Amino acid sequence: MTRLDLLIIAASAVSSVSLCWLVFAVLTDGVGWLLFWVVAYFVFLAIYFVASYDRVGWLAAVDRVVTVAVGSAMVVVLIPLVWLVSYIVVKGIVALRPAFFVHDQRGVTPTMPATAGGGLHAIIGTIEQVGLALLWSLPLGAATAFFLNESRSKLRRPVRIFVDAMSGMPSIVSGLFIYATLIIPLAKYNDLFSFNGFMASLALSMTMMPTICRAIEVVLRLVPNGLREAGLALGASRAKVVLSVVLPTASTGVATAAILGIAREAGETAPLLFTAFGYNLMNANPFHGPQESLPLFIYRFVRTQSTADIQRGYAGALVLLMLILSLFIVARIIGRDRSVANKRSFRLRLPSRSPEPETPERKLISSTSRRSGTVTAAGGS
Amino acid sequence: MTDLHLSRGAADDEKIADASAKEKGEVFAADGQKAPPTLIGGPPPGAATLEANDACAWFGEHLVLEGVNLTMVAGEVTALIGPSGCGKSTFLRLLNRMHELVPGAAMAGDILLDGDDIYGANMRAQVIRTRIGMVFQKPNPFPAMSVRQNVLAGLKLTKIRCSDQDTLVEQSLQRAGLWREVRERLDSPGGALSGGQQQRLCIARSLAVAPNVLLMDEPCSALDPSSTRRIEETIKELRNEVTVVIVTHNMQQAQRVSDKCAFFLAAENEPGQLVEQGPTTRIFSSPEDPRTADYVGGKFG
Repeated sequence: MTRLDLLIIAASAVSSVSLCWLVFAVLTDGVGWLLFWVVAYFVFLAIYFVASYDRVGWLAAVDRVVTVAVGSAMVVVLIPLVWLVSYIVVKGIVALRPAFFVHDQRGVTPTMPATAGGGLHAIIGTIEQVGLALLWSLPLGAATAFFLNESRSKLRRPVRIFVDAMSGMPSIVSGLFIYATLIIPLAKYNDLFSFNGFMASLALSMTMMPTICRAIEVVLRLVPNGLREAGLALGASRAKVVLSVVLPTASTGVATAAILGIAREAGETAPLLFTAFGYNLMNANPFHGPQESLPLFIYRFVRTQSTADIQRGYAGALVLLMLILSLFIVARIIGRDRSVANKRSFRLRLPSRSPEPETPERKLISSTSRRSGTVTAAGGS
Repeated sequence: MTDLHLSRGAADDEKIADASAKEKGEVFAADGQKAPPTLIGGPPPGAATLEANDACAWFGEHLVLEGVNLTMVAGEVTALIGPSGCGKSTFLRLLNRMHELVPGAAMAGDILLDGDDIYGANMRAQVIRTRIGMVFQKPNPFPAMSVRQNVLAGLKLTKIRCSDQDTLVEQSLQRAGLWREVRERLDSPGGALSGGQQQRLCIARSLAVAPNVLLMDEPCSALDPSSTRRIEETIKELRNEVTVVIVTHNMQQAQRVSDKCAFFLAAENEPGQLVEQGPTTRIFSSPEDPRTADYVGGKFG
């Protein structure tokens, strides 16, 4: 991309917008802003193609138009994401103070300012519930993945279908299931089965387990078969090969799978509605009494009428967003192996943006000038 | 052109021969200093004779190998040669019960290790595989382990115990001709070595449990000529301590390393068979079967 190329893109854009404005706003009654921009976009592509065709010829012009079209598609996809994140940040930063991380909602009334109180009870609740859910579902999910990939059982196919079906299960159903099978019949006999963090962790692990299982299975499939054969040829049993060869080879992938499972479950609200139930004060014991979590915190506050409460809800959303973002970053760091890191630094060193490799571009410009010269000559004659 | 090429090849060979001679010297020196560490729970010492009697192999309903009778004498190198798809590798995998790992695979006949049927009712496949080691076509060191851990992997995986692991690592790597190149980086990952070094690391890994027989499935097919040369040197040095059975597509290699040679061939849509066997020099100089003559003469394959 030289400055001239950027200039041509900008000029094409300006001329297409001007042309559309001329046609729709001055000559006709207008078509509404959405259609206006859609038409302007395609007119822009057409003008850009003509301009490029004149400069660099047919093949390169098609290449550039497609490049611009794909690039603009990426921008269109990015808009909602950036919008969403910046919206949460802008709305949440108002009420987010360091105090949010050390206080619960004790003594806070809807009329008090949004900076009063905090969400520590929700953060603690989320960490405990998701941590317990991971405790149940990581061993189960990993064991299922090993069964699917390392055993030779005939049951693998039905189990795989079952896991696939479970990963598509609506999360509210898992909450309902725990509510209906454990909480309703058993709560009256034992406090462990009433609304608490433990029940929430069970509901969460029902959606977490298939996620983790499938992620680990993908990683196991990447372990070359030659390694398993090498282990067996040394006289190891199948179980020993799985434990000492396959698992260490796949360990970073397993860790990544676990973190992605956590990140997904940390944002779940529906399974918690009838299990953790929500609670405005600190309850650090997940096995006794209702417990808050970040999604429940957001859910309850954003629905209220009080401005301060709504701001509190957005602050909770911002904290949840940061939590999940940092988990994803950790997953990326763990999942990145050395060879990929090397490749990346190598890619950075490719001197595409340095002034060095401009020679092919210059050639194009010179051929362009020759070409435009002939065009003007033809025009002149 | 040709002259230039030849002279370059010769120079290379000299250099390699020189290097391996140095390595050999080192092996002998080490042998003089230290006795090999004793393994507890490992295979009985010494090379063993493998004998196949009327061995057949199936994949599902498909018969791929029929009626092979072959004796692989203790302390000799036996080369299995033949075109692709003639059942050499299948036969090799029959010899340490790796064949049965393929779903739907079946076999018939006897494989005798020093007179005991390895497919007998009281034989555990895991014990057989520690006695009969295997080196694969593609180098496959364990990527999550260091060079040292790779050499000791056989011990870790089978609960064979060793009194002096450092000496075992050193001697195994020396026997595989790799010690000089990796002694400074025993703790670097096994996958960081070059292809030829990885293959020799796999040989060292197989040798560390002191097997009676070592099976090699085209060990040099993925390697460059100098690495191939090093591995052939290694095979020649091993023949006193372990029976070697090597599958190879390279007939020059078979001539260079083997004492006995067995020629396998499969006619179209028919199972592979053992066509001819005998001392390598005779197979290559005066083969009895015309098909063997055609193959070693380079007329097909």
